[in-house]
Amino acid sequence: MSEYLVDVQNERLSFFTPAGEVKALNDVSLHLNEGEVLGIVGESGSGKSVTAYSLMGLTAYPGRLIGGELHFNGHFINDMSEKQMRKIRGSEISIIFQDPMTSLNPVYTIGNQIREVILLHTDKTRKQAQARAIELLTLVGINEPEKRLTQYPHELSGGMRQRVMIAIALACEPKLLIADEPTTALDVTIQAQILELMMSLKEKLGMAIIMITHDLGVVSSMCDRIAVMYAGKVVEYGTVDDIFYNPSHEYTKGLLRSIPRLDEKEHKRLVPIEGSPVDMLNPPKGCPFAPRCNSCMKVCLERMPAYTDITDVHYSACWLLDKAKFEKTNGGKA
Amino acid sequence: MEDKRLVEVQHLQQFFPVASGKMFEKNVVKAVDDVSFYINKGETLGLVGESGCGKTTTGRTLLRLYEPTDGRIIYDGKTIFDSGKTPMMNPDGTEMKGADGKPVYGQKTAVNMLPYRRKMQIVFQDPYASLDPRMTVGDIVGEAIDIHKLAASKKDRHDRIISMLERVGLNSEHANRYPHEFSGGQRQRVGIARALAVDPEFIVCDEPISALDVSIQAQVVNMFEELQDQLGLTYLFIAHDLSVVKHISNRIGVMYLGKMVELADSYELTFHSVHPYTRSLISAIPIADPNVSRSSQRIVLEGDVPSPVNPPSGCRFRTRCPYADAKCAAEEPVWREVSSGHFAACHHLDKVK
Repeated sequence: MSEYLVDVQNERLSFFTPAGEVKALNDVSLHLNEGEVLGIVGESGSGKSVTAYSLMGLTAYPGRLIGGELHFNGHFINDMSEKQMRKIRGSEISIIFQDPMTSLNPVYTIGNQIREVILLHTDKTRKQAQARAIELLTLVGINEPEKRLTQYPHELSGGMRQRVMIAIALACEPKLLIADEPTTALDVTIQAQILELMMSLKEKLGMAIIMITHDLGVVSSMCDRIAVMYAGKVVEYGTVDDIFYNPSHEYTKGLLRSIPRLDEKEHKRLVPIEGSPVDMLNPPKGCPFAPRCNSCMKVCLERMPAYTDITDVHYSACWLLDKAKFEKTNGGKA
Repeated sequence: MEDKRLVEVQHLQQFFPVASGKMFEKNVVKAVDDVSFYINKGETLGLVGESGCGKTTTGRTLLRLYEPTDGRIIYDGKTIFDSGKTPMMNPDGTEMKGADGKPVYGQKTAVNMLPYRRKMQIVFQDPYASLDPRMTVGDIVGEAIDIHKLAASKKDRHDRIISMLERVGLNSEHANRYPHEFSGGQRQRVGIARALAVDPEFIVCDEPISALDVSIQAQVVNMFEELQDQLGLTYLFIAHDLSVVKHISNRIGVMYLGKMVELADSYELTFHSVHPYTRSLISAIPIADPNVSRSSQRIVLEGDVPSPVNPPSGCRFRTRCPYADAKCAAEEPVWREVSSGHFAACHHLDKVK
């Protein structure tokens, strides 16, 4: 039994492709309390979506969980059968996908798709399900809900469809909502609407959210905690303020330096992270970020660093921190 | 920076016919409707707006990749397109009047673009779709050199290709590889090398970084800036990410539903914008700083962008604008200079706070 709502410990997950084993998740640990928002940031291929999907038991073939423990709300996900998973999917844990254009079924009406979730997970009658569907659409700010229920996805705009996705996800008041880049495909003004909506619903329903994104701006305005992922590892984990004001991993620092800020008064050259993302088929031996890191040391290329605790809730995996700690305890001698 | 106009468009219009659903009847999408701006030599003009606002179409029409429906395009003092139906403009943006007080029209013109293609180039948005998968990177960059007959010999051609690749941070061994062997950031570099191969003066950058990872974006943005410093290039930088556009541009134009709504110096636009749309756009952008984003108040716009087939009457932004009234529905606001170099089109500039 875990004290957290979500507790992932040392998760390892690999895709066994014809070209070789891709270690998509390499020793990932994270946790989340009830009612909190966790942001997972990282570039494409860093394993943010895979982490979240594996919590729902949605690992796609040829991926396989090969180690670690996944706890969610008292369930031990590793041991659950598909049948048991289906019971909690949609009722206790649900997901909003990135692309609202393709995640709704084009041949069923909106109403059909919302009612399906309600009928599956509750013992409501069809009539009650219809009433609940109308209530949900009103909740997510869609006007004329009765009319919308009879419409098909192609009749709605992108922002509307994402609202419908949220309505479906919230139909059974889940404890955890996973949002996989929910606003990436949307325009900024629509993004603002959706983020606002998600935050107000979180307040109303008290659910926890895992927000997967590559947009540091979105994370800073929404999340309580942040996990920064790089090449299948959580390289740094902490509260929003830890990550933004006291980043300790070189990748996090680099990421924060490399984005232009709208409220910057003077023009400064950006400081990019040099090099290319990791080739996951041939990951480097030591720290995956070492080849792009400015402060790379010999040990970084050889061995993966362990986590160093900075505070109770802030930890990061970098040899530099180890070195700093070592120097401190040995009176400045390395 | 010299204050010399390299590119200028006047009253540019680009309409696309679409099926209306009824037989023999066609509707038009007014993708770009009466847009005027100029870009000085060595300057970067940013163009921002939401999807479907016509920013990409403006960039492509400017290069005559689409034939404009109406308007005038002037490049380096020479008219390269004129529909003959558009009144001439004075340099300050006012309508040119003849001695009899009537507007002066230009002569209908549509020049052969081939010589201009050497001077005006484009970098496309999607580095995965804009490179021919069956050509080597060397050939992709070399194609333009062949078309414009810029190389005297095979060796010269090869040297030019290599120097272009090196300029964008790739090396000679990359020339024999195919696009699929590269990462997104590297492909975008190939796209930039292709544009640079003919020594252009002006490059339209059409969302060149949207498809790239955050850590790679900064590399490409810096490269654009370095190339501009080295080669004196002029850019039209199109993107939906205002933070990036603000970073790279000298001036920024904001588009909404085929219309330019505001245009100003990039500092002026981000900190002293006057148009309600620009304001909401700026406030909608999340800032990567928890203290700032917690304290800032967002102006959340209601509703969606209307369809460009049936744009609202009068001001096109009125359906989502908090200041809209009857006048906005009846009259289209005039594009006027609010302060020096700061243009906007809105009826209620005095009310907007």
